[in-house]
Amino acid sequence: MEEVDVEPTTTLIPGIDFTQKHLGFVWGPGDILVYETEYKATGAAAAGPGRPFVHVVRKDEDIYSPILRKLFNESHHIFVGLQKIKEDVPSKNKKSQFVSISKNYRSVIRACMEELQQVAVSTRDATLQTQYGNQISILLAVELIWNLCEVLFIEAAPAGALQLPLLEWVRLHKADVDEKAREVLQSENPAEHPAYWEVAISYVLQGRTDEARQVLVKQASLQPAARAMFKLLDSLLMKMPIYNPGGNQTLTEFDVKWRHWHEECDRCLLDSSFASNPHLEAICKILVGDEDTLLEYKDLLGTWYHFLVTRLLYSHPTVKPTELHYYAQSSMDMFLDTRSAPEPLDSILLAAFEFDIHQVIKDCSIALNNWWFVAHLTDLLDHCKLLQSHNLHFGSNLREFLLLEYASGLFTHHSLWQLAVGYFDHCPEFGRVYLELQMERVPLDSERKALKVLRICEQRQMAEQVRSICKIMAKRALRNERLGSALSWSIRAKDAAFATLISERFLQDYCAHGTFSDLDLIDNLGSAMLLSDRLTFLGQYREFHKLYGEKQFVEAGTLLLSLMTAKIAPQSFWMTLLTDALPLLEQKRVIFSADQTYELMHCLEELTGGKAVPKLDHPMQDEDVETTKVELLRLALVRNLAQAIVKEGTVEG
Amino acid sequence: MDCINAKFVSQKISKTRWRPVSSASLHQPDIFATGSWDNEDNKVSIWSIGENGVSNMDDEFEGDPQLLCEYKHNGDVLDLQFLDQERIVTASSTGAVTMFRHHQNSQTLSVAQLWDRAHHYPCDDAPCTGLVCNSPEIVTVGEDGRIILLRADHKGILRTIENADSSTIHAVTFLRTTEVLTVNSFGQLKLWDFRQQGNEPSQILSLTGNRVPLHCVDRHPNQQHIVATGGQDGMLFLWDVRQGTVPLSLMEAHSAEMWEVHFHPSNTDHLFTCSEDGSLLHWESSTNSSVPSFLQGGRNTSAMSRSAVAPGEGNQSLTSGWLSGDSSKGHLETTHMLPSQTLSVNSVDVLDQCLVCGTDGEAIYINRQVPV
Repeated sequence: MEEVDVEPTTTLIPGIDFTQKHLGFVWGPGDILVYETEYKATGAAAAGPGRPFVHVVRKDEDIYSPILRKLFNESHHIFVGLQKIKEDVPSKNKKSQFVSISKNYRSVIRACMEELQQVAVSTRDATLQTQYGNQISILLAVELIWNLCEVLFIEAAPAGALQLPLLEWVRLHKADVDEKAREVLQSENPAEHPAYWEVAISYVLQGRTDEARQVLVKQASLQPAARAMFKLLDSLLMKMPIYNPGGNQTLTEFDVKWRHWHEECDRCLLDSSFASNPHLEAICKILVGDEDTLLEYKDLLGTWYHFLVTRLLYSHPTVKPTELHYYAQSSMDMFLDTRSAPEPLDSILLAAFEFDIHQVIKDCSIALNNWWFVAHLTDLLDHCKLLQSHNLHFGSNLREFLLLEYASGLFTHHSLWQLAVGYFDHCPEFGRVYLELQMERVPLDSERKALKVLRICEQRQMAEQVRSICKIMAKRALRNERLGSALSWSIRAKDAAFATLISERFLQDYCAHGTFSDLDLIDNLGSAMLLSDRLTFLGQYREFHKLYGEKQFVEAGTLLLSLMTAKIAPQSFWMTLLTDALPLLEQKRVIFSADQTYELMHCLEELTGGKAVPKLDHPMQDEDVETTKVELLRLALVRNLAQAIVKEGTVEG
Repeated sequence: MDCINAKFVSQKISKTRWRPVSSASLHQPDIFATGSWDNEDNKVSIWSIGENGVSNMDDEFEGDPQLLCEYKHNGDVLDLQFLDQERIVTASSTGAVTMFRHHQNSQTLSVAQLWDRAHHYPCDDAPCTGLVCNSPEIVTVGEDGRIILLRADHKGILRTIENADSSTIHAVTFLRTTEVLTVNSFGQLKLWDFRQQGNEPSQILSLTGNRVPLHCVDRHPNQQHIVATGGQDGMLFLWDVRQGTVPLSLMEAHSAEMWEVHFHPSNTDHLFTCSEDGSLLHWESSTNSSVPSFLQGGRNTSAMSRSAVAPGEGNQSLTSGWLSGDSSKGHLETTHMLPSQTLSVNSVDVLDQCLVCGTDGEAIYINRQVPV
């Protein structure tokens, strides 16, 4: 057995004393059902009677958050769009598509975050507020990780070109600088504001030299004596070379230029150009990448990865992706207290800097309580062909495993189940099986819902599920005495056995009441009639009644006879049919020919031949009625035969 | 498609309806109601676009619908109609019919009348699938095959047609004040006249050999004898209830169930359909083939519909372009109105230039510049 990655957390279930009771449980796709068992540990005092409760234990609460639902819905749309990107698109175009999809995912996260922030501010409920706060911080972390993955794995910029996106990344996630800057600049006297230098240095730390210069100008105008010094720093900031991967400058050219600039900054420090102003000197020290100075501004940097990016900017602007992990590790060690263990977020980011995608995904899976993030990120990275076939000891591959887990979670939700279908569709190995098992278990509250579920199954040729859903609906209709509905459901499922059963009910009803119910349906069966023999018979028998009603006796008679001779009618129904023949036999006109009459007689004999001896347990009265009926029939048949022979023997004239 | 505004609302939307605007005002509609389905708690919600009842056409981005009020609804909202400017009637999967009142001063909703278990089986609830209002009368239909006539101010049920249908009735519309038309899951249209006693329809229309369930029906706003229906196969059917019992024309529209069809209430050359396949179509028919009717340009013409069956004889007298059924001469043009969308569009409503639709993707889409 493999080692566990983290110690499992213990969840105490209120109301159950686990020292006295044993718990049983059943796994569900998203939840676990927990119950008390009758089991008594040896030596334990006789525990009281078990409580009749089943507890639902759920890991993922987020799925029930109305705001996060938007995340699930919007990302479903992006996911489906991503799956449609064709294999044959040249990989160069693909990359930009993948980057834009990644950005779409992130903007959905951001939108959710903003909405959560809004409601968190407006709510007065403290517990809700903490809940929103937690969700926001999780989303923040998720977006931070995703953005870094986008920079490192999806855009996959080469040496040099890495610097700008990393700076962007840090700026995006340390936006409080702008807020503070606004506050300072809008104050009456910006240069005197207590946070003035904080803002100036923060800008420098983020490599925003233009903004830093604008802020510094305010101070320069106040200190005419130090004008030369400010001017010098201003020119250093202005001259700072930035590598633009799109331009025509080569990396070597840039490197030469940058070294030149770096030496210039160094010289300024050596000849103490800024000695009279500690703030300016500190800025210049930052420009040369002095690590001790940077660490003095820990508070402004906030995080080790900000430190890392600033350090790279001013010391190693042409860092190769392969060297990143070295700087990342050392930055983290320098920045974090040696005593405090790194947080999960730190190790995830570190793993990303190490280009260990699997570690990132694994750590995220452990740290986050739902599969949304890892499933979507893994899927995107897999489309970028970044995940080598990483063999799992179970399932097919990592992407599919995570998607299946995520989608199964969605299926446990009362209404998000529809989204899950799209994910299962794109899991080539097990998606279909999962979908089949899940679809059968969707509760069908109304026909509308049943139709939607059916449509999903029919589009995927899931014949077995279609049959089962129609059967459920047919049985429900039957239970509610809606024979017509039941029949149309079994016609849709092409369920012959059930159609037979319902046809029997129709015929029973007819025998009991002497009239057909649901004529609108039976009269319009059309080709659906051929689904089952009994249904065919029902349709034909009704046809007979129609003909009879229209006084087309000859046609009606022929149809009636053929129902028996072609064995369409079940034998149990023959007596009814023969009784129906009675009025035809009694007509003044001869309806049945001699041959037809012989056949009718044959049918009657076949029917009565077997049970000539009356059974004892039959009530005598029934038997009497039956016998009288047969007698009457025989009489009518013989009379008709006589008439027919006479008629057929007579030459018309 | 630029002027489409999407809002995610965290509930699957089954119905969207504009509040009617009084004919005297020149205002565009600005209030609509939605109903949700398949949620643990379903709701009826009232939304507003634009402020103070005046929508400004210039700020497209200001048109994000704002929730005014909502009310818990027992069961799925299977149909929803405005009875008048203040009252909304809903059909529930529990079989209940509820009339809500929207108090516009306090922006609240309250239940004004509840007809519990209006539709029911002998020992179970039967979903009420559709309703139509013609104030003060309300007609509802259900899976139990009943047609029920209610009056807004009357607690009891005015009239029930038992066993009106042996299959499920999916939708109902008024043809005249005393006549309604229903469509069922057996592909039939049935005409009912409330003046007649008895439980028999006055007429049955159906496509021979075709038992495709029908899900929606709408009557032509001016020509009461013309109705459009849509069903399981996504085909659009047009019928003339005066002539024959077969449809006048049928057109391929969607690849899955068509959930709703609506003629534009004032510009009847336009028709809108939405479907389980996630599409929303705008149909435009021109009455005069010699005039190229689409000069506006800039729209994405998706597909010319194909007419599957030639129309019957004697249509020439009709002025409606819908009944020509001949799209080969460019009579009929269809436009996709939503960006690619994967989950079902359950409902659409159009009033003036404003369109609102709701989806299973838990989004409401609003377009305030429908080219009609």
